[in-house]
Amino acid sequence: MANWIPLWLHKLSSPPVFYRFAGTLRPWAIALALVLGIVAMYGGLVLAPPDYQQGNDYRIIFIHVPSAWMSLFIYAVMGIAAFIALVWRIKLAEVVAMASAPIGAAFTFITLVTGSLWGARMWGTWWTWDARLTSELVLLFLYLGVIALYHSFEDRRQGARTAGFLALIGVVNVPIVHFSVNWWNTLHQGSTIRLLGPSTIASSMLWPLLTMMAATKFYYFASLFGRVRADLLALESGKDWVRQIAENEVRR
Amino acid sequence: MNPTRQRRLTIIIAVLAAVIIASALTVYALQQNMSYLFTPSQVQAGDATSYKTFRLGGMVKQGSIERSNDSLKVTFTVVDAAGAMPVEYTGILPDLFRENQSVIATGHMAGARFVATEVLAKHDETYMPKELKDAMAKAHAGKHIDESANQDKQQL
Repeated sequence: MANWIPLWLHKLSSPPVFYRFAGTLRPWAIALALVLGIVAMYGGLVLAPPDYQQGNDYRIIFIHVPSAWMSLFIYAVMGIAAFIALVWRIKLAEVVAMASAPIGAAFTFITLVTGSLWGARMWGTWWTWDARLTSELVLLFLYLGVIALYHSFEDRRQGARTAGFLALIGVVNVPIVHFSVNWWNTLHQGSTIRLLGPSTIASSMLWPLLTMMAATKFYYFASLFGRVRADLLALESGKDWVRQIAENEVRR
Repeated sequence: MNPTRQRRLTIIIAVLAAVIIASALTVYALQQNMSYLFTPSQVQAGDATSYKTFRLGGMVKQGSIERSNDSLKVTFTVVDAAGAMPVEYTGILPDLFRENQSVIATGHMAGARFVATEVLAKHDETYMPKELKDAMAKAHAGKHIDESANQDKQQL
């Protein structure tokens, strides 16, 4: 095996080790997601001042924008996990990829719904076929396709690899969603937060947005770890380490 | 790396490369002929002649909004950096519609006039409190509005 991969990372890909690792981190992730989420909500809905054009209606960005970021971030994680699963056939990577799909689909759905609510008020329409909206809808369909393909196989691992292939191909849509507002004339506005160059948002509105971004990340990890743990138990149900856990549960 | 993994890696990278090239070409082609909107100067240059209905995008010219007294009919002029186009619309306008606001109107040409069936307000990516906006407006004496107008023009 290639020796540039550190040994601890190698060990972490073993199901029983990851099961314990995820079990330890999950409560912390849940707690951080809750605390940061409440702080961000308070900052966004109470502390942040109304916008100069949109008044209070702009406050939906504290849900919409972090969800949109997560919809892309989770797809990227799913794509990388699917790539590892396809080349190295690591069981954990398959499980991570397939457990990410429903969470990502949920965030994509929230993005589309909140964007639609905002668009009805600000643009004057619920939906329009511009490049950003259309590519985000394609992203939702990709997630749903991955979920459907995974569940259409009797054998879980076979299903994970086939769906992983679709997930991997769909990765090309991620930069299209992100850059659609620059590549085409769209109704959707360009990026407000820029990594390079100044952001066009007041700092009193920016910090709740970034806090919510952190909260959604922690929520994703909490949700992912829970799903992965359950899937690992089901997948390895005949193995000794699972039997051990089951016996301990019974004794308690 | 063992031969099986090596082979799988090669196949997957080849498939990925093919998909990326295919979608890059598609995106490139769509950039040429997938236009969500036309600007007034593009319409006047004849770019939109092949479409019966199309979207017209630009800024609402200052002082050009005229509302009818007895109906919902409203006329205004949409401008971009180089052109201007009179627009006629009957219906309810979105909240953000006003002078110097970017709008996107769907409709058709009737002579030199654009008859819109739908008018959408394009929002820019700037978010700031009202107090800050007022302070900036005082400091720049209206300069900021010109700046954001120019930004919108660049985007269109």
